[in-house]
Amino acid sequence: MNKPIAGGAGSAARLEVVLPHPRATEPRRLTRFLENERALAALLLAPTVLVLGTFIAYPFIMGVWLALSSTSVGNVGEFVGMRNFAKAWNDSIFRTAFGNTFVYTFWATIFKLTLGMWLALLLNRHFRGKRIVRASMLLPFIVPTVLSTFAWRWMFDPTFSVLNWLLYRADLITTKLPFLSDGTYGMWCAIVVNTWRGMPFFAITLLAGLQTINPDLHEAASLDGANGWRRFWYVTWPLLKPVTLVVVVFSVIQTFSDFQLIYVLTGGGPANSTHLLATYAYQVGVATGLLGEGAAISLFMLPVLFVVVWLQLRYLRRMDGA
Amino acid sequence: MAQVMMKNLNKKYDEVHAVKDVNLHIRDKEFMVLVGPSGCGKSTTLRMVAGLEEITAGEIMIGDRVVNDLPPKDRDIAMVFQNYALYPHMTVYDNMAFGLKMRKFPKLEIQKRVQEAAEILGIQELLRRKPRQLSGGQRQRVAVGRAIVRHPQVFLFDEPLSNLDAKLRVQMRVELKRLHERLETTAIYVTHDQVEAMTLGDRVVVMKDGWIQQVGEPLELYGKPANKFVAGFIGSPAMNFLDVKVADANGALWAEAHGLRVKVPPAHTSRLMPYKGQQVTLGVRPEDLQLASGSDPSEYVFDAVVDVVEPLGSEILLDLRAANSTIVARVEPTVRVKVHEKTRLAMTPDRAHFFDVNTELAI
Repeated sequence: MNKPIAGGAGSAARLEVVLPHPRATEPRRLTRFLENERALAALLLAPTVLVLGTFIAYPFIMGVWLALSSTSVGNVGEFVGMRNFAKAWNDSIFRTAFGNTFVYTFWATIFKLTLGMWLALLLNRHFRGKRIVRASMLLPFIVPTVLSTFAWRWMFDPTFSVLNWLLYRADLITTKLPFLSDGTYGMWCAIVVNTWRGMPFFAITLLAGLQTINPDLHEAASLDGANGWRRFWYVTWPLLKPVTLVVVVFSVIQTFSDFQLIYVLTGGGPANSTHLLATYAYQVGVATGLLGEGAAISLFMLPVLFVVVWLQLRYLRRMDGA
Repeated sequence: MAQVMMKNLNKKYDEVHAVKDVNLHIRDKEFMVLVGPSGCGKSTTLRMVAGLEEITAGEIMIGDRVVNDLPPKDRDIAMVFQNYALYPHMTVYDNMAFGLKMRKFPKLEIQKRVQEAAEILGIQELLRRKPRQLSGGQRQRVAVGRAIVRHPQVFLFDEPLSNLDAKLRVQMRVELKRLHERLETTAIYVTHDQVEAMTLGDRVVVMKDGWIQQVGEPLELYGKPANKFVAGFIGSPAMNFLDVKVADANGALWAEAHGLRVKVPPAHTSRLMPYKGQQVTLGVRPEDLQLASGSDPSEYVFDAVVDVVEPLGSEILLDLRAANSTIVARVEPTVRVKVHEKTRLAMTPDRAHFFDVNTELAI
């Protein structure tokens, strides 16, 4: 019984059918399309999916494909399975780079965390010129890595090193230190530069975390008999842990896949002793032209970073649940 | 348990002189309330006792020790903060145990004391919860619990009830009073709420602009305010103030204003003599004003017009216009008056207050 019994809405509806509205139909169809939540959602997500697909998913899949193929410059290549991975694993330079990446990430992160925390605690106090100091502290972070690393390279230069000059003048050394001409020294120099560059990010983020902690808690703790160190250990640190975890994970990801710094500072040398996975992958894949092998080397980063991210997510979810 | 002495206590920040020459003797086992409007220096005074603010000048003694240079942890005090300041990552038990743990108490003793405090406060079931799982009232109890497990010499309370809703505040007020009677520990309590001050304090300190205005028992402050500020601050609705001129006629003193002429009560006559011909402020509390009946002596009766009627059930508040100002009378709930009605008010003569216009001190 769809027929209206009498008058009212029924007649009005009929009237609309009778009168032609050619212009009104078109936008109404669009409106009806947008009313559909699924369609609207798809429409709104489309740009993001497009961008992520083009710049993240495609290169990633392409990378995986390259790693499983014998592609090199000028050679389309064919599927070779895990051969590239096996070859990399048996390569001594790769082993060095693999180890270096862990050493570099581990120590740089430790230094950045400790110094960043120390800096954040200092900056959290009240003093004259607080804002200027806070802002200028970000400088190492703002200056392009390549630029600042070049400056560091000059400071470590075998002939002109200002550091050697200072140490010599201060009677701390009698012969020049081989900053970048020795593998071990080179690695530590890279760690120093990375720490110098990454520390502000830690400090600023941890400072933001510190400022969310109610100062009354510290007063309560000092009345409860806790000295400075214990207040940090029992109050500040536990409350800062979630923020710390997030910065540490970010930093691990960035440091583990670092490229610019080593590329500019040592170029992986001397004698390939300071390569990281990223720089070595570049050297094999792009400089040498063995795209497949280069891709395989860079893919060694994936499982490690995957585990790091998974641990972080699990921890954060547990925090939410608690 | 100890007395607290403050001698010429001063606190200066860069520009602000927050606490000025405070001299106070808080007796052993006394519940002392510091009350005043915000910015009057009451919290700063408390924080100086706690050791959370440096003392600019003067001396604080807890027991017989000068504590000026002692860090907070060595002053043997416990404090309850306005926002509770519970450690969010610790359970209720750990929150309460923290102070004892830091002082290296044996585990069993800590357990005993926390249990004991939890029992007193009725929070035994909450010991394993985290602060965010508690209601405002429960958090408040935990904060108090954290203070009492330590058995300190002095409790400091910094507006502990102001984050609670009105009903809970009344309930916690009673509990705090009961707790103090049970523990008999010296307490200093800061609040801006004069009702809390009156109900909780053995004695009350009224502060304004860093100065102590008056120290006394609650009813003493109410009945004999030292100055106009205390008179207006203590009591709700506040005391009515009328600018009157002191005149001499028929061998008696009269307080006169536009459309108002009442006799100066005999008790005040001699003190008001020097003010003859001058302006003074007459203060009358709302409950000391009643609608006049035939039996009231006519020299204490004046005209007024009803402006607003506020029936509260147990009483009625009348806003009236008299002598070119608005005054409030608190009358019996049986009184029936209409807005704009002309009426006559009688004041209770021996409860009138007079204040110097310039110094605002009570005459």
